[in-house]
Amino acid sequence: MPLRLLKYAWKKSEDEPRFFPDETPLKKAYDVVIIGGGGHGMACAYYLAKEHGITNVAVLEQGYIGGGNTGRNTTIVRSNYLTSEGVKFYDESLKLFEDLSDDFDLNIFYSTRGHFTLAHTDSAMRTMRWRAEVNKHHGIDSEVVDVETIQKEVPYMDMSCNGQHPVMGALYHAPGSVARHDAVAWGYARGAQQRGVEIHQKTRVTDIKTKGGKVVGVETDRGFVEAKKVISMVAGSTPRITEMLEIETPIEIFPLQACVTEPVKPFMDTIVVSGSLHVYVSQSSRGELVMGASVDPAELHSTRSTLDFVEGLTDQMMDLFPFTSRLKIMRQWAGMSDITPDFAPIMGKTDVEGFYLDAGWGTWGFKATPVSGKTMAYTVANDTPHELIKPFSLSRYADFKLVGEKGAASVGH
Amino acid sequence: MKLRLAPQPLEWIDRKSSVSFTFEGQTVSGFKGDVISSALWAQGRKVVGRSFKYHRRRGLLSFANHDINALLQAEDRPNVRADVVQAEDGMSLTAVNTFGSLASDKGALVEWIGKFLPVGFYYRAFYSPKFLFPKWERLIREMAGLGKVNTDWSEERKPKRYLHCDVVVIGAGPSGMAAAIAAAKQGVDVCLIDENPYIGGSLDYQYVNEDSQQLNRKYLKETVESMPNIQVITSSYVAGYYGDHWLGINTPDGLIKLSAQAVVVASGVFEQPAVFRNNDLPGVMNASAAQRLMARYAVAPCKEAVILTANPEGYRAALDLHKNGLVVKAILDTGKTAGESVVQAKSAGIPVFENAVLVEATGRKQLQGVTFEVGRLQHHLSCDGLLMSVGWAPAGAPLYQAGAKFGYNYTLEQLLPVELPEGVFACGRINGVFEIEDRIKDGEQAGTAAAQTVLGKEALAPVDYTAKSAHSDPYPIWPHPKGKEFVDFDEDIQIKDLKGAIAQGFDNIELMKRFSTIGMGPSQGKHSNMNGIRILAKLTGKTIDQTGSTTARPMFHPTPVSHLAGMRFRPERLTPLHSFHQQRNACFMEAGSWLRPEYYPTAETREASIAEEVSAVRNSVGLIDVSTLGKLEVFGRDAGELMDRLYTMRMSNMNVGASRYALMVDETGVVIDDGVAVRYSEEHFYVTTTTSTSDSAYRLIQKKVIEWGLKVTVLNRTGQIGAMNLAGPNSRKILAQLTDLDLSNDAFPYLAMRRAQVCGVEATLIRVGFVGELGYEIHTDSQSALKIWASIMEVGSEYGIKPFGVEAQRLLRLEKGHIIVGQDTDGLTNPFEANMPWSVHLKKPYFLGKPSLMKLKTLQNRTLVGFELLSKAHKDMPLESNLLIENGAMIGRVTSIGRSATLNKVIGLAMVETAFSEENQVLKIKLTDGRFVDAKVIKTPFYDPQGLLQKPDESNEGEAA
Ligand SMILES: Cc1cc2nc3c(=O)[nH]c(=O)nc-3n(C[C@H](O)[C@H](O)[C@H](O)COP(=O)(O)OP(=O)(O)OC[C@H]3O[C@@H](n4cnc5c(N)ncnc54)[C@H](O)[C@@H]3O)c2cc1C
Repeated sequence: MPLRLLKYAWKKSEDEPRFFPDETPLKKAYDVVIIGGGGHGMACAYYLAKEHGITNVAVLEQGYIGGGNTGRNTTIVRSNYLTSEGVKFYDESLKLFEDLSDDFDLNIFYSTRGHFTLAHTDSAMRTMRWRAEVNKHHGIDSEVVDVETIQKEVPYMDMSCNGQHPVMGALYHAPGSVARHDAVAWGYARGAQQRGVEIHQKTRVTDIKTKGGKVVGVETDRGFVEAKKVISMVAGSTPRITEMLEIETPIEIFPLQACVTEPVKPFMDTIVVSGSLHVYVSQSSRGELVMGASVDPAELHSTRSTLDFVEGLTDQMMDLFPFTSRLKIMRQWAGMSDITPDFAPIMGKTDVEGFYLDAGWGTWGFKATPVSGKTMAYTVANDTPHELIKPFSLSRYADFKLVGEKGAASVGH
Repeated sequence: MKLRLAPQPLEWIDRKSSVSFTFEGQTVSGFKGDVISSALWAQGRKVVGRSFKYHRRRGLLSFANHDINALLQAEDRPNVRADVVQAEDGMSLTAVNTFGSLASDKGALVEWIGKFLPVGFYYRAFYSPKFLFPKWERLIREMAGLGKVNTDWSEERKPKRYLHCDVVVIGAGPSGMAAAIAAAKQGVDVCLIDENPYIGGSLDYQYVNEDSQQLNRKYLKETVESMPNIQVITSSYVAGYYGDHWLGINTPDGLIKLSAQAVVVASGVFEQPAVFRNNDLPGVMNASAAQRLMARYAVAPCKEAVILTANPEGYRAALDLHKNGLVVKAILDTGKTAGESVVQAKSAGIPVFENAVLVEATGRKQLQGVTFEVGRLQHHLSCDGLLMSVGWAPAGAPLYQAGAKFGYNYTLEQLLPVELPEGVFACGRINGVFEIEDRIKDGEQAGTAAAQTVLGKEALAPVDYTAKSAHSDPYPIWPHPKGKEFVDFDEDIQIKDLKGAIAQGFDNIELMKRFSTIGMGPSQGKHSNMNGIRILAKLTGKTIDQTGSTTARPMFHPTPVSHLAGMRFRPERLTPLHSFHQQRNACFMEAGSWLRPEYYPTAETREASIAEEVSAVRNSVGLIDVSTLGKLEVFGRDAGELMDRLYTMRMSNMNVGASRYALMVDETGVVIDDGVAVRYSEEHFYVTTTTSTSDSAYRLIQKKVIEWGLKVTVLNRTGQIGAMNLAGPNSRKILAQLTDLDLSNDAFPYLAMRRAQVCGVEATLIRVGFVGELGYEIHTDSQSALKIWASIMEVGSEYGIKPFGVEAQRLLRLEKGHIIVGQDTDGLTNPFEANMPWSVHLKKPYFLGKPSLMKLKTLQNRTLVGFELLSKAHKDMPLESNLLIENGAMIGRVTSIGRSATLNKVIGLAMVETAFSEENQVLKIKLTDGRFVDAKVIKTPFYDPQGLLQKPDESNEGEAA
């Protein structure tokens, strides 16, 4: 029994301080307004307050904290990306993740499981090798492993995949982890709030006002709020925000779905991803298998679930784990992922002075929550992009300086 | 048998045959037709499971599919729902999630330390020191989870079916049956679906002793069964509503995918438990559960009952017990219910306490009594059954998923649909209609309206049959200073847990769910969500509508993976020449869904076999199956325009009878496909794509045709056409023997296309040279491909012809420096980087990606170069994807590499920073083991740089044979 729990013998959990404040009126003006109370918005607020002493900040969230993609994602955290820019960026995030529970004084269940990306074809092997080489170059724990090694770690996997497209090898990334998504958002929110940041749920930004090309504030369904600096951290809703300022981005919105089985006792310790089969799976600490696939085939601004998705996913999953046919799917859901052409994020300043963008998180942005918050906070505080996110500026599309992460991002999240 | 009753009028069991199975090692017998739970209960086994967190003993609660107290482990599957799975001979079952056994579960120790484990306790500890977290996590994971998986279980798959109907009715209770009949009377096709094995709904268990209702039941059932245009699907539930009236229906035999034109939701309501101290003791159950036990399985819920109620349904349940000779000690009415059943219960001599307040249930391992208050007086009654009838919540998942809006009705104290999407109707209790006669009428009007939408008729304004008095208690929740009032039975969540969550700021319904885990268990909130909402509303001083509800997502009930997956269907595509490859024992590789010969094992080793194939092509002649290429035909007035817009080269100025390299880039200028285009006639092109892009290219082209509004038709003929490439200095001589076509350089020059008879079969011949020799691609209908292939092999034997596979071709093209899209290019490579500036015709007014390429032309910083390896040692052979390093920085990577016997060196292609792309630049390749080897940039093609061999003079060709 951990000592920390002993206090509850005489203290009730309801006597604990609130994570998030009660509803309060909006102030007339803030130094910084963050649109979107997902992980990214909360993390940015936290680091603004903690590292830059900027506390006159409001996070405006149309629904509830973490109710966007943060609360829908399958929480895979890894850094075995394909480009130098990506690898460095995500590696920093992993380092932050490792200490987050302590930082927050809240267990985010950061659970390092090891991450296999299976290759079933020559060309997939080639991509895995490429990633491994790039990763190793940057000191990331990442290697191509053979069938025997995989089989040893995941003995119950059918390496022949039912006779077709047998597994040829895999990219193995020991630091690959999962975490409790909500706790990440809550931890950041509580930390930000304790440092003076205001969090307003059920508050939707309906317009962004500018004067002479500079941001002056945001219109909300609770009235106008002045702010010279506004950050959009709304993932799947990005086009609706950028539209307000007539900023063009190449972001397209695709639904991304996931599902879980009924809980069973732990048997799967690693995270397994197969791009060819369009599936990935891990077992949550509650015992559910958490499973997902690639984005839906067509663009759509919707979080509806489809039958096709569970049909396809379960079918392919059984190629790897035939015995899962005896499990039951308990729940499925979808989020809207903001996909960029190069599968890398868009971060930093924009052409509108005082408007900062953090978007293009597609299927991969949960793992970036800490680093994105930290680097965006730096960028806003100093009005100059943090070194790590310079390659991810919106202007890279106009300048054709893309960061090609497709090979590492499409199904693997 | 202890609790088995005398035969019931409608019982589902067959008393003539018995079944016997084991539960926790002990033999249990029941009747055929019994579900596992009813067989257990009939024998007096009231503890059927342990609770999730505290491992408290649990009995039957709702005796419906979603009751997870009765979740069992079978030998062949986890999490068996004992309330709905029929008992079968030989089953061997245990409770899930016990440590030791059900009777003696070490997990119960958790309850002793329960006060250290407040809501969300796992967020508050275990993370420090960091190195211990994995151990704690392991423990937490072991404690969580329900059933056990045996990874040796074999795969199960059930075929799926499709069904179409005009009106689908979900739920076959009185309103659902009435709706089906009414719709069918309009002449439309109806499907009636119910999760129970028989239609009838609550008429099968709540009104069994009421003659007039049994007449209704008989009429409805018989009418449904007699109507040919009603298809009844029982033992099946709608797992999800997926938009546009597309339903996934889980049946015992697999999934049905049903498409309807209108949907009537008559799925009724879930009975909600009351929340009070020890409301989870075995013996405390929903009144409807008790009624189902009695009516369907002839099992008494208890011997001496106390009824806790807020509605006439509770009084009816009391009468049912009474009728079965069971003692009803008292009815505790939380208010002052009126109605016929109240009068009857009172006249049957059952004591009624109005305005009763529940204090607690008592008992150690099972229910032994109940304490309640009336006014200020406290009473205690001993009993072994406490039946709760305090309210209902909509079984609204299909409606929520269809996009219906719900609002709280204060008369009924129930959530009702207030806004329905087009083509979706609701009736019966989900609609707030409670009297059977009204439910029938409500069903009739919903069924009629649904049919009328299908028939395109105007529907009448509906009559409102909503009940005029409450059937739910507005707050059936009685906190107790000592706690243990369970709100969520799946997750062991008590009032204090919700209070704690709310007090800490998780006061939004979704946040409360996520923090406390209420509604996250296998029953997905079916008997906890409503009480959770009530508690949250009360504690935050909001209305139910302001509080809102969590989202009811699919699945309605957890649905087997084997059903959702269906039969395994991985089409494997075989080329029309497959039989030949098989005869030659080709070693096959997967290429998308195709199987292609990688090489033909003719020599000792793979390498030697490939080398022989390469040598045949270089020195005499070889033949390769290229049927897997994507093949598209483009017809129509705008065919030339479309081709111009799709490909980087100009296509509209191509002569009929010519071919041209076809390179496609996407909007960002990235290479996505290449192939060869030929022009059959002014308005008719034929173009190939790579094997792996045939589907994506076709999809993209179709999209573009629509976007651009062009008058053109694109046909995907990939599977209809077989193709082969005859290549090598002797290819012309062989082909000449099989066709009358003039093959002379003048008549059929390099890069020309001709239609001709080959072996008496119509074929398209294209004189191209991917492998760098004189060669002909021959495309013909797939039935005839083998004939041509066989003839070529026969005629070619004189020249030592060899079939060659993908590996030889890869080496041959590498010698020519030709790229493979997707291997030598990556997700960002444009044609300039791929070193193919000649393939981009920027003078064209427009093509896909042109605006990007205009810019990229000046921005090039990577270039695909050829290199030769300076070391010859075998161990120094780099692998594709090895990096190029300069001064510790990555400057590129190897994209292709091969040992060329023809040139007697290792050659390759590499994508490098342009600064390092000059000829003779030395590149340092980092091998996988970390060593470096040197390579030197050299010009491509490596082989036959002038391309003379592709267009030889016919007089001196074939010397080498
Ligand atoms: C099914 C699924 C699986 C995924 N799996 C992974 C994974 O395994 N690993 C990984 O790294 N990533 C994964 N992702 C991606 C990841 O979830 C997201 O990239 C990440 O959570 C984005 O966080 P965010 O804080 O930027 O956005 P969100 O969490 O979406 O937060 C944005 C918030 O903005 C709010 N908002 C929008 N518009 C307005 C407005 N006008 N006014 C006020 N508020 C507004 C929204 O309500 C929302 O709460 C997955 C995504 C999905 C959908």
